[in-house]
Amino acid sequence: MLNYLWGAMLLLGIIYGAFQGRLPEITTAAIDSAKEAVSLCITMAGVMSLWVGLMEIAQKSGLIGSATKRIQPFITFMFPGLPRDHKAREYITTNIIANVFGLGWAATPAGLKAMEALKDLEKERKRHPAGGRKAAPDGTASREMCTFLILNISSLQLIPVNIIAYRSQYGSVNPAAVLAPSLAATLASAAAAVIFCKIMDGGKSI
Amino acid sequence: MKELMQFLLYLSDLLVPFLILYVVAQGLLARRPVYDDFVKGARDGLQTVIRILPTLVGLMVAVGVLRASGFLDFLSYILKPVTEMVHFPSELVPLTIVRMFSASAATGLALDIFKEYGTDSYLGLAASILMGCTETVFYTMSIYFMTAKVKRTRYTLAGALLATLVGITASIVLAGMMK
Repeated sequence: MLNYLWGAMLLLGIIYGAFQGRLPEITTAAIDSAKEAVSLCITMAGVMSLWVGLMEIAQKSGLIGSATKRIQPFITFMFPGLPRDHKAREYITTNIIANVFGLGWAATPAGLKAMEALKDLEKERKRHPAGGRKAAPDGTASREMCTFLILNISSLQLIPVNIIAYRSQYGSVNPAAVLAPSLAATLASAAAAVIFCKIMDGGKSI
Repeated sequence: MKELMQFLLYLSDLLVPFLILYVVAQGLLARRPVYDDFVKGARDGLQTVIRILPTLVGLMVAVGVLRASGFLDFLSYILKPVTEMVHFPSELVPLTIVRMFSASAATGLALDIFKEYGTDSYLGLAASILMGCTETVFYTMSIYFMTAKVKRTRYTLAGALLATLVGITASIVLAGMMK
């Protein structure tokens, strides 16, 4: 995806710029942007270290673990057909918690494992329907997969750490001012996702 | 509405200090060596930043070139009549579209908005909120479904786009209230 996007941005910029007679500006922009990326990373290094450091404390002291327990009723609500002891449940929970706490790199591996486990669940359903659900045909997303991905993409996040770092690098008077509005916006999109999934999920047998 | 916004801004100021207090206090109560844990995590965080530095260089150069060529201005100029009808700032159109495909390319464009219009401008605030409440719809769907070998994705895209649309709308409205 990024391959074409990145290539297209550069080619488009240079060709359009050539027609507009802006090649000198493009040269300056290319060099300055590369420099800027490094100084941005220096700001980010501080903020990210602080955040990941805090999250390590949260993990080791069992805070993340207790959050995992606390959202189980929500998982049951969103995935009524998912057996209680299925391993997909654990991966889905880890993925959601990691996203909420801004631990993106921990979220993706758990998310992919969740998809594999949900695929296994369909295989198990083929043998004997679990939780009152029949298996989805091969190559078709199960309801759990749809719900999981929609929830994931609605991206509930407590603190957008990167954005705070970027804002402080670019001279914001109050980088954290967007935190609560961001939380409100992310809650709104997550709520839309939950309602949509519950509507689509109702009354289908696969 | 004004009181609500004031409350939200107040909450923003509280969030980080409260979180630090809560996490450290919990760590101490659990009798953890909190400082050692912190340093270990901070090292991981630093490594993450070093890992993303090359991608950031690549993308910031691409966006910088696109900005310097005048193409972004041209794009928002031709989109203006359409976006004005739905009260959407045309300057945010490239960011919103790219956001659905690539997180890092979107970061490049968001930084460009910070530079061009300022972090605390209406556009800067809207971009900040938007980045936190939307996801790379197409990228995530392709990776996740590829893992499960799924071709028919049923209502996933519709739901994902709905959530994204709600997020975008909320960002614009909230940024408008902050200004």
